Amino acid sequence: MTQTVDRGTRVADLAAAADRIRHHILDMGEVQGQGYVGQGLGFADVLAVIYKDLANLRPQDPEWFDRDRVLLSMGHYAIAEYAALAEAGTLSVDELETYGSDDSRLPMSGMSTYTPGMEISGGSLGHGLGVAVGMALGLRFQGNPARVINMMSDGELDEGSTWEAAMAAAHHGLGNLLCVVDVNQLQADGPTAGVLRTEPLIDKWQAFGWRTVRVDGNDIDALVTAFESVPPGDTPAVVLCDTRIGRGVPFLETREKAHFIRIDEHEWDLARQALRAANPAGSN
Amino acid sequence: MTNTVTPSRAKTSAMIASIAEPGQKTASAPFGHALVALAEQDPTVVGLSADLAKYTDMHIFRDRFPERFFQVGMAEQVLLGAAAGMAETGLVPFVSTYSVFAARRAYDFLCLDIAEPNLNVNVVGGLPGLTTGYGPSHQATEDMAIFRGMPNLTIVDPCDSVDIEQAVPQLAAAAGPTYLRLLRGHVPTVLDEYDYTFELGKASVLRGGHDVVLISSGLMTMRALQAATALAAHKVDVAVVHTPTIKPFDAETVLAELNTDRLAVTLENHTIRGGLFETVASAAVLAGVAKRVIPVALPDAFLDAGALPTLHRRYGLDVDSIVATVLDGLA
Repeated sequence: MTQTVDRGTRVADLAAAADRIRHHILDMGEVQGQGYVGQGLGFADVLAVIYKDLANLRPQDPEWFDRDRVLLSMGHYAIAEYAALAEAGTLSVDELETYGSDDSRLPMSGMSTYTPGMEISGGSLGHGLGVAVGMALGLRFQGNPARVINMMSDGELDEGSTWEAAMAAAHHGLGNLLCVVDVNQLQADGPTAGVLRTEPLIDKWQAFGWRTVRVDGNDIDALVTAFESVPPGDTPAVVLCDTRIGRGVPFLETREKAHFIRIDEHEWDLARQALRAANPAGSN
Repeated sequence: MTNTVTPSRAKTSAMIASIAEPGQKTASAPFGHALVALAEQDPTVVGLSADLAKYTDMHIFRDRFPERFFQVGMAEQVLLGAAAGMAETGLVPFVSTYSVFAARRAYDFLCLDIAEPNLNVNVVGGLPGLTTGYGPSHQATEDMAIFRGMPNLTIVDPCDSVDIEQAVPQLAAAAGPTYLRLLRGHVPTVLDEYDYTFELGKASVLRGGHDVVLISSGLMTMRALQAATALAAHKVDVAVVHTPTIKPFDAETVLAELNTDRLAVTLENHTIRGGLFETVASAAVLAGVAKRVIPVALPDAFLDAGALPTLHRRYGLDVDSIVATVLDGLA
């Protein structure tokens, strides 16, 4: 935590971290020529705030028992998670080059048995919140103050298991559980509004007994404020983060088929240039 | 119409019919009491249920250790997901629901959240096979077939209260996930009459016999033993091999008994597809054992609703049917 650092510096540091995460994502995406790059770019700011500001972790010791648990329920976002773990220092930046390759610890979809710092195996959606409920119950039962932070996508709100878990979390008063939803309004078959309407999200979560806050997920300053507004308490909390797929690379933000972006070979450098132009203070 | 006396019809009665026969020695809620005994020794043992604690004997544990029991409501996906999360924090969860719900509703959660990371979560499934007359919604006739395909999962099909009492601590001691086919309520006590102790992963020859070898699991071992006694009156000498662990399977013990000149019969409270019979058959083929084996098993069909004794008779799981199957096989 960086409470002693002044707010402006804190936000600027997090923005720089998000920028590095985006560059890592592009570098990994280029290795495979495709992937959930758009979602990763959109979620990078949230990841930076969680891994660099919010969660109590020992990056070099990912099995530290008293750590906050950060779960990647949407295993498809593994590319972004690896970037965040590299930024946090759990993975080396060099290892990111192995992304999706044979015998790599960094498979295309997130798996706990492969990757240090990956708490659960995802890919099949709607699993994270249920496991998070069990972790929160287990930690509280053992008197451990660690927090469980479940990251999930708005597509997972289609899954009934998510709402089973949401009910259980509220019933058991799991104030040590925080759910972070990436609301990018896009899923495999198209815009969420057309596939299966999930709004009004605030009303739904509140009706299930959760503390709620909705925030621009690409506004670092607002994210910091949002997370501060839902500290551990008597009930579970959810932060709904409205993000923009491809954020930081304008020609990807506007790409129509954004769910599983195909990026031409020559576009990776263009994407990196666009990122640098958007954030000239960035470190890469 | 003339008034005639209507013959009394067997009723379906409760959803949870007892498999104990009148006058049979039984133990009450052996799973619940075994879990309590284990939890007295091991503070990491916790229990979860999905609105079926009372019907899976988990209530014994719930009432003794209320702070270690977690109710998640009628929601099997979070039941197994939460058990995975608790195991990740170092606890040893026992999870109870009906077998149909564990196998059908929550398969993905048992598979991905528990079996893939090989967590010590112990799933206890009530009403396995044909142990209720309630119909296909509650009859888990294919649970072993479903679960045998899941890597890392140990599958135990106990015969009686002795098996259950001895299995519970061994399931907790095993590192990975387990599935126990629960017999609940007043559960017959049978194996105490034999020189037998439950050993996870091991089959056991309960009695020897020169003419026939019965290979059985679950409550069908009880029927196999009864059939062996009945067949003695026909001058047929019957061996019984009990195989409570279906996976990993003790092929060595079973094939040593199977690979003889005796008539071989498998008996299981499960569909003929993917259960004990096919487990034995595949083990035999792998070992190069060519041997005819007669299966006693449920048909590959959705079963009728009705009274449990009627259904066991209808589908050939009762002792008389087993005796007839064996005598036919010898003819």
